Amino acid sequence: MMPEIGHFALIIAFCLTLMLATVPAWGAWRGNAVAMSLAPTLAVGILVFVGISFGCLASAFLQDDFSVALVAAHSNSLLPPIYKFAAVWGNHEGSLMLWALILALWTAAVALFSPQLPLLVLSRVLSVMGAIGVGFLSFSLVTSNPFARLLPGIPDDGGDLNPLLQDPGLIIHPPLLYMGYVGFSVAFAFAIAALLGGRLDASWARWSRPWTNIAWGFLSLGIMLGSWWAYYELGWGGWWFWDPVENASFMPWLAGTALIHSLAATDKRGLFKSWTVLLAIFAFSLSLLGTFLVRSGVLTSVHAFATDPARGMFILVFLALVVGGSLTLYAVRAPAVSSRVTFAWVSRESLLLCNNVVFLVATLTVLFGTLFPLIVDGLGMGKVSVGPPYFNAVFVPLMVLLVPFMGIGPVSRWKGDDVARWRKELMLPAVVAIVCGFTFPLLHAPYNIWVALAVLLSSWLVLGLAQDVWRRLRNASSPARGLRRLTPGYCGMLIAHLGFAACVTGVVATSQYSVERDLRMSPGDTQELAGYEFRFVEVTQVRGPNFIADEARLEVSRDNVIVASMLPQKRRYLATGSMMTEAAIDPGLFRDLYVAMGEPIGSDGAWAMRLHYKPLVRWMWLGAIFMAVGAFTSVLDKRYRTQRAPVAAGNEAALHGA
Amino acid sequence: MHPVRKQRLYLVLFVALFSSAAIGLVTYALRGNINLFYPPTEVVSGEAPIGQSIRVGGMVEEGSLLRADDSLAISFTLTDYQASVPVVYSGILPDLFGEGQGAVASGVLSDEGVLQATEILAKHDENYMPPEVAYALENSGYDKKGKTK
Repeated sequence: MMPEIGHFALIIAFCLTLMLATVPAWGAWRGNAVAMSLAPTLAVGILVFVGISFGCLASAFLQDDFSVALVAAHSNSLLPPIYKFAAVWGNHEGSLMLWALILALWTAAVALFSPQLPLLVLSRVLSVMGAIGVGFLSFSLVTSNPFARLLPGIPDDGGDLNPLLQDPGLIIHPPLLYMGYVGFSVAFAFAIAALLGGRLDASWARWSRPWTNIAWGFLSLGIMLGSWWAYYELGWGGWWFWDPVENASFMPWLAGTALIHSLAATDKRGLFKSWTVLLAIFAFSLSLLGTFLVRSGVLTSVHAFATDPARGMFILVFLALVVGGSLTLYAVRAPAVSSRVTFAWVSRESLLLCNNVVFLVATLTVLFGTLFPLIVDGLGMGKVSVGPPYFNAVFVPLMVLLVPFMGIGPVSRWKGDDVARWRKELMLPAVVAIVCGFTFPLLHAPYNIWVALAVLLSSWLVLGLAQDVWRRLRNASSPARGLRRLTPGYCGMLIAHLGFAACVTGVVATSQYSVERDLRMSPGDTQELAGYEFRFVEVTQVRGPNFIADEARLEVSRDNVIVASMLPQKRRYLATGSMMTEAAIDPGLFRDLYVAMGEPIGSDGAWAMRLHYKPLVRWMWLGAIFMAVGAFTSVLDKRYRTQRAPVAAGNEAALHGA
Repeated sequence: MHPVRKQRLYLVLFVALFSSAAIGLVTYALRGNINLFYPPTEVVSGEAPIGQSIRVGGMVEEGSLLRADDSLAISFTLTDYQASVPVVYSGILPDLFGEGQGAVASGVLSDEGVLQATEILAKHDENYMPPEVAYALENSGYDKKGKTK
C-alpha cells in the first residue's frame, strides 16, 4: 500500500508543479494579485507531497519491501539500516526522487525566506522553479517510476547495493551535491524572472546573491566529499581522476565560481548585468547537463541512448527546452537590461572580470575535454578517451594565471584604483611570498620547483589578505572595533580565499611529494617508504554484517617508534560475491599513510600490498570546507536583509510598471 | 571614440586574445593526450600503432591469467573471440578483474604484439560492462560468453 501512496503523492506533486508553473506566471503577466499570491502556498504544497512520496520510498527500502522492483534490485535484507536508507538514492530512479525532493526544498525555502521580495518577482521566480519541477517530476513519473512493483514473483531477497556505495560517504555525498546542483536553479530562476520582467537592477543581484552563495557552498562540499570518498573507498589512493562523472559536477562549480564573483560586481556596482544573467543560465544548464549525463549513462557510452530511447529522448528534449528557451529569452530581453556603468581599468571590477574570464575558459576547456570523446564517437571516428594529462595541461596554467590577480583583488577598490597604491600595499606581501616560496619547500627534500611555485602563489594570496585585514584594523580606532567592523560578507570572502590557498598548496604538494609503491609482502616482511617502516604482521579472517574479510595488520614505525597500526581489509560481500578493497588510512594534517591490499600471491601467505605516503593531502579537502564555510558566512551579511523599505517602494513601482 | 565603446572594444580584444591563447593550449594538450581504443581484432591485424599509448579492451580469456610467485608481474590475454592480445602488467589489479570478465588495458604495444599495460580498468559493478568492451564484442559478433550472436 505504501508504494501506491507514494506514487499517488508524486502525481499530486506533479499537478501542483504544473499549477505553480502556470498560474502565478499568468498572474504576473496579467497583474492578477490573487494568482500571484498562490505561489508560496503551492511551493510548500509541493514540498509536502514530494516529501510524502520520498518517505514512502524510503520506508519501502527500510522495511525490505522486495515487491518494489527498485528495492529488489538495489537493497538486501542483510544491509545495515543506514545503508538501506542511503540505497534510496544509490540508483537512477531514487536519485531522481532525491533531485525532486531537494528542488522542492529550495522552492519552498525561496517561498518562505523571501519576505523582502516583491510579490511580482517572487511569483515569477517560483513559477520558473515550478517549471523545472514539471520537467523533473514528469521525467520521474513517465520514464523512471521508482514505485514500479514486481508482481507476481516477489523475490525472497534483494540484489544488494553495490558494495562500493556501502559507505558513509554515499549517505551524505549525493544530498550535498544535489543541494548545490539544484541550488543553482534558484539563481537561474531569478535570472529568468528578471529577464521576464525586463527589470534588472542592483536589488535583483542582492536577492539572488545569498542563494547562489549557499548553493555554491553546498556544491563545494559535495565535490569535496566525492573526492574524499574516491580516495578511501576505491582503494588506490587517487583523489581526482578527471573522470567524466567528476567533471560533470566540476563544471557547474567552475561556472558558479564565475557567477558568484560577477554577482558581486552587479550587486555593488550594477555592472556586468546581462553577463551575470548569462552566467546564471550557464551554471544551471551545466548542472542539468551534469545530472543528466551521469544519470542517463550517456557518458559511459553514447549507446546508452539506444538501451532506453525514451529516457534519452526525454533528457535531450528537456535540456534543449531549458537551454534553448532561456537563451532565446536572453537574446530577446538582454538588450533592454544592459547597463551603462563604466569603470576604470585599474579597479576591482577589472580584477573580477579576470576571474570571470579565467573561470569561464576553464569551464569551457573541461566541457570540451568531457564532450570530445562523445563528439568523436558520434561522428564515427573511433573511440578515444581524453585523459588527466589533457586536463592538467590546460587547467594548471589557467589557475597559475588566476592567482596573481586574486591576490590583488581584496586590496583593490571599486570603480577606480591606483597602481602606485597597489604597489605600496602589496610590496611587502610580494617580498615575503617570494621568500616563503623559496624557503618552505626546503622543509621537504628533495627541493621541488612546482611546490615552490604553489607556495609562492598561495602565500601571495594569504599575505595579501593579511595585509588588507591589517589595513582595516589599523584604520579603526581600536583593533577590537576594527574586527567588529569586518562584515560577514568580507569575512566570508576571507575564509573562502584562504581555503583556495590551502587547496592549491595541498593539491600541488600531494601530487608532487606522494610516494606510492605496489609491493609483494609476506607476513613478517618490513618495507621502508618515505622514512616510515611498514611491518606486515599477519592476516586474519573477520566477519562484518554482510561480508567476510581478510584483514591484514601492519605496524608502521618511524625511528623505531610505532606511529600507527593499520588494518586494511579485502572484503567479499555475501549477497553478490563481489570483492572490495577497504583501505586503511592513518590521517594527519601534514601527511596521510595509506595501505590497501591487492590479492594473495603464491603459497606462503604473501599479499600484493599498496603503500602510499601522501603529504598535505587533507589540505585540499580542508580548503574546500573553508570555501563552503566562507560562502555560508557571507550570507549572514546584513545587506541582504535590511533592504525592506526601498524594496517596498520598488514593489509598488514594479506592479505599476508591469 | 565614446569611452563606453572604447572600453567595450578593449574588453572584446582582451577576451579574444585570451580565448585564442586558451584554444592554442587546448589543441596542444589534446595532441599528445588522447588515447585511441582498439578491439583485439584490429590490434592483431596490425592496425594499432606500435610504441604509442593506446587502449585495448575485451574479455579476459579463461585460463590465461598467470601470476608470478615472487613479484607482482601478471600476464593474461584479452579476446573478442576472433583474436587475442597478450597483456603484461605489474601491480595490483582492480577488485572486479577476473577471467571471463570484461577489462580495458591501456599501455604501449611492443614489436612482438604484447601490450605493456600501465593501467587496467575493470567494470565497477556486477551488471556493468566497459562500453569499449561491449563495442569490441559487437564488432566481433560474439556475446560475452563467447557464443556467436
